[in-house]
Amino acid sequence: MARVLVQEQDFDPGAEIARLVAGRTGVGGIGCFIGTVRDSAEGRRITALTLEHYPAMTDRALRAIAAEAERRWPLLGCTIIHRVGRLEPGANIVLVLAASAHRAAALEATGFLIDWLKTKAPFWKKESFAEGGEAWVAACDADEAAAARWSS
Amino acid sequence: MQERAEPPVTILYFAWLRERVGRAEEKLALPPGVSTVGGLIEHLVGLGDGRPAAFASRNVVRCAVNQDFAGLDSKVAPGDEVAFFPPVTGG
Repeated sequence: MARVLVQEQDFDPGAEIARLVAGRTGVGGIGCFIGTVRDSAEGRRITALTLEHYPAMTDRALRAIAAEAERRWPLLGCTIIHRVGRLEPGANIVLVLAASAHRAAALEATGFLIDWLKTKAPFWKKESFAEGGEAWVAACDADEAAAARWSS
Repeated sequence: MQERAEPPVTILYFAWLRERVGRAEEKLALPPGVSTVGGLIEHLVGLGDGRPAAFASRNVVRCAVNQDFAGLDSKVAPGDEVAFFPPVTGG
């Protein structure tokens, strides 16, 4: 059963890893991805990223992605925490953890989880620029391509 | 005999669609003959205000019916929750 959280507050990766492996002595490897706010986008300085989501759908979408990872790899646990609201450069946005007996499953599942999350979970980012103004981030083809490589 | 009123459809808008429409949510009775997402979009555009601008670039509008991703041909029934939004950009 995956641990899935959508929250405004920050998360503690160390505490989340400890929580994931607690009582699971069969774990031999943990994959971890942390997404953070960059201070620039296409040469423009960013002062903040504001994340909006579709609350009624988000939890369900994230659980479906986690369930798919658990179907594809022999996971002993996984965690997805996604922040929403206004975040400044350097802030954590998302944490993905996948634990398995061996590293290949843990690393592959981690890659899968973040790639699918980026194209299948209802979150939207808006950038605020240092010179003023804001803009919604457009979906990029590279993200679609990254998600597509897990199609089978 | 009096017909019982059907429950309205709840329309939700997110990100720049919300900004262009000027609201996050609206409820409306599903008009006779409208039974798909595509038909609902045509109806919404016909209601005017910010909606035609929101739906101007149809190819970048995504949709969910009752919290599941849906397409233009997906069915819409009274009482459904239909959400419109740009391609997702989380992570």
